[in-house]
Amino acid sequence: MIEVGTVLPERIFFIDRAMLTSYADASGDQNPIHQNEEFALSVGLPNVIAHGMLTMALVGKYVSDFAGGAGHVLEFGARFTKPVIVPAGEKVDLTVSATVSEIADGKISLTLSATSAGVKVLGMAKAVVRK
Amino acid sequence: MLNPDSVGRTFAGTDVITISQSEIDAFCSVIGETDTTIAPPTFSIRITLSQYESILTQPEIGLDWSRLVHGDQKFEIITPIKAGDALTCAATIENYRVAAGNEIVTVRSDLHRAADLVISSWSTLVVRA
Repeated sequence: MIEVGTVLPERIFFIDRAMLTSYADASGDQNPIHQNEEFALSVGLPNVIAHGMLTMALVGKYVSDFAGGAGHVLEFGARFTKPVIVPAGEKVDLTVSATVSEIADGKISLTLSATSAGVKVLGMAKAVVRK
Repeated sequence: MLNPDSVGRTFAGTDVITISQSEIDAFCSVIGETDTTIAPPTFSIRITLSQYESILTQPEIGLDWSRLVHGDQKFEIITPIKAGDALTCAATIENYRVAAGNEIVTVRSDLHRAADLVISSWSTLVVRA
C-alpha cells in the first residue's frame, strides 16, 4: 500500500570510470572533468567526477522502476549539490531512496535521496509519476 | 559575461533532430534500462545541452562554456521520446544573475514533435568566478 510517508526500498547503483565513458558517448557530454584525471585535478577538482546528469539518469531509472516504466514519469528535477567522485579502478556507490510526499489526481510525488560515499549529491530531488 | 539583453530571448531551433533507436539503446544501456521502446526520463538532455552550448556561446550572448557547471535540472514530460521522433528544440534564456562573481543562467528548452510540445526542461547553468 502506497500512502503519503511510505518509504520506498533503497537501491544502490555502482559508478566506475567505464560508466562515465559510456555515459559521455550516450549523452554527448565529453567534458574532460568526467574522464581525464589530470585535467580534473588541474581545474581544482579532487578527482574525476561523474556527470551530474548521469547521477540523475540513474535516479531516473529508480523512479521509472517504481512507476512501472519510463513512460509513467511526468516530472523529475534535482539540484546538483556535491559531485560523485570516481577514483580510477574503483566502483563508487550511488545510494537512492525515496519517500512518497503527495498523492493527488492519480499522481504520486516522490522526494528522492541520493548519496555517494555517505555524501548527499542531489538536493531538492523530486519526481511526479502516474502509476 | 552573458549579455543581459539576451534574457527573455527565445532561440527557435530550425534543425529537425530525428531520434534513432541506437541513441536510445546506448542511453538505456548505461543505466541498465531494459525497456528501450521509449527514451528514459533524462534522455532529452542529449539534445538540449548541445543546443544550449551552441546558443549561449555565440559572441553576441557571450557565455564562457569552459567554466560551466550544471546547477540544477528539471524535466516535464508530456510525451516520452521514441525512436523515429522528429523533434525541434526552442531554447529560452529565462533568467540571469551574478552572485559572488558566479554567473547563474536559467535556460528553458521546449521540444516539439511537429506542433506538439513533448518535453519542457529547465537547466540552471553556473559559470564559476
